[in-house]
Amino acid sequence: MNVDLISILGNFYVLTLIKLGLVAGVLLTALAYLQWIERKVIAHIQLRVGPTRVGPHGLLQPLADTIKLLTKEDLMPSHVNKFFYVLAPMVAVFFALSAIAVIPFGPKINVFGIETYMQLSDLNIGILFLLALSGMGVYGIALAGWSSNNKYSLIGGLRSSAQMISYELPMALAIASPLLLAGSLSLREIAESQAGFMLGFIPRWSIFQMPAPQLMAFVLFMIAGFAETNRIPFDLPEAENELVAGFHTEYSSMKFASFFMAEYANMVTICCLATLLFLGGWYPIVPSPVADYIPTLVHLAGGGMLIFHGLQPARKWDKYTMPVFGVAFLAVGLLFLVPFLQPILLPLFWFISKVGILLFLFIWVRATLPRFRYDQLMHFAWAFMFPVSVVHLFVTAFLVALLK
Amino acid sequence: MPEGYLPIFVFMVVALLFPVVAIVAAKLVRPSSPFATKLEAYECGIKAASSSRGRYTVRFYIVAILFVIFDVETIFLYPWAVRYQSLGWFGVAEVTVFLVILVVGYVWAYKKGALQWV
Amino acid sequence: MLDTIFFYVFALLTIGGAIATITRRSAMHSALSLIVSLLGVAGLYLLQKAEFLFAVQIVLYIGGIMVLFLFVIMLVNLDQAAKERQFNRQWLLGLVASVLVGAQMVWMLNSAGVLSLPAAVPAPAATGPGNIEALADLLFREYLLPFEVASLLLLVAIVGSVMMAKKTS
Repeated sequence: MNVDLISILGNFYVLTLIKLGLVAGVLLTALAYLQWIERKVIAHIQLRVGPTRVGPHGLLQPLADTIKLLTKEDLMPSHVNKFFYVLAPMVAVFFALSAIAVIPFGPKINVFGIETYMQLSDLNIGILFLLALSGMGVYGIALAGWSSNNKYSLIGGLRSSAQMISYELPMALAIASPLLLAGSLSLREIAESQAGFMLGFIPRWSIFQMPAPQLMAFVLFMIAGFAETNRIPFDLPEAENELVAGFHTEYSSMKFASFFMAEYANMVTICCLATLLFLGGWYPIVPSPVADYIPTLVHLAGGGMLIFHGLQPARKWDKYTMPVFGVAFLAVGLLFLVPFLQPILLPLFWFISKVGILLFLFIWVRATLPRFRYDQLMHFAWAFMFPVSVVHLFVTAFLVALLK
Repeated sequence: MPEGYLPIFVFMVVALLFPVVAIVAAKLVRPSSPFATKLEAYECGIKAASSSRGRYTVRFYIVAILFVIFDVETIFLYPWAVRYQSLGWFGVAEVTVFLVILVVGYVWAYKKGALQWV
Repeated sequence: MLDTIFFYVFALLTIGGAIATITRRSAMHSALSLIVSLLGVAGLYLLQKAEFLFAVQIVLYIGGIMVLFLFVIMLVNLDQAAKERQFNRQWLLGLVASVLVGAQMVWMLNSAGVLSLPAAVPAPAATGPGNIEALADLLFREYLLPFEVASLLLLVAIVGSVMMAKKTS
């Protein structure tokens, strides 16, 4: 009976469906909570506390937001082009969510004798597939701007699409230079090419990898990533002091939420891609015996801190909520020591931490930097980013040819 | 069809269903009480003086056309990057020629002011 | 079996999109239909195991050229132009011309022996280096000159587009 079950689960289609459910479920939850994290982090950077009312520490805020957005009146202004007006948010979400399908989260794992990759599906052209999706992401915004039949929307849509295509060039060129080291377009193979350590302790991540460390490409990629996702300091399409709300001025309710979701999904994709291309994917930062204990230590420290703060509560409910979370952290930390779970959890921990740090960077920048002016933005793309990324690619090629 | 695309297509169907279901579900539960003023174009409270359809600056067009050209160039570099380690110095040489010709074009366009926004 | 279904889906997208492109009156609808048609073509490339072409088709045609089309539609009020008198009512002439071109194509394909080939030849299983590697080897070794000439072509395109735009400003 047990063997039957395993052979059923090992079936390609069943396995794919399970993975699909996992990826979709985790992605949607993560997107909802990213909103909460962003609000909390920005609040704390600006010396506020952020959402606290709905649930402990506002943890149920995403749920409340979803219900609110679902039940809000959905205006369909009389002057819009109805077909494209409804199509645009769907297009935006569709391309943003699809991108996650090719992202690998970890190496090959073995669960109950079933060998599988921690990835929905690996493509030989994984990176090009992502570039194609991000190229089509322009349509959601452009169609929204055009169909709204509002001057603010149209200018916002035009600006945004021009910005996205302008920054797509340096981004594509910045991606090309680690490919020189990896020699593959498959995301899994790119990550696997960064395994191991140089001199025994420097990880062979692209940003460190000899003969051509890709630190510059990483910086270029992240800057372009900010522009591709329309985030501050490049959130010109939504520049509220000149364009009200840019391309989504006329949108409300769930359609409005769709654009936000697309933005967050794009952010996650950019961070995953940066991790896979430059930060060694799921490989740890220090060699193995030490690296295996870091997740446990991090979680124990976090749990200890939460319990400590729970003992001297600042607010009424902290007395109960903080120790509960603290104990949960301790339990998760101990899970990392279970030998059976280690090959699954450790790569996942390293991958998610790197993505999390990059996401934190996105939020941090949003809380810190002012917005570019549009002419500065375009000038920056064409007169700085583009030539620098061409030169960088060339220097990388030269170094690789010289030293390999 | 090459392997590995089927799960992705299935995932894309899910990704397509998600916004459709969300928007249709919202349609079922939300209130709806439109009236003429509410449905007007948002212009900060003033009646819209003209339609938004009109002529806008040609610079957007220049950006788009230059993007298409340089995008073709970038795509050419991808197979080159993948095969680079076996091409060696030969690969460096041919891409140098390729890029130099395009950099000439870029510099010329820059001098002409095509990349200046203002 | 699955491939056959996909083939018909993609073929339907391609032809349906192409027909809608030339029959829709609104420029935006035409552009969208063209995108659908191009997506269908990309799918057909994929069925032929030409993964790189599949990606390039989407990145360049849909992510690049169609965005350019979209910009033109957004920048200029094309709906007005659509209301003006059209000069494409020569459907009799068009029919004769397309029948002639079609006959010519069938004749050419037939004389090249393409039509008499057995219809269903499964694509050979991929062996050795992947699709992109094989393409790179061809492009950067055998077809080196066309590759370099392509950059000259792109240079001409840069010059042309900048000159054209400068004239208007």
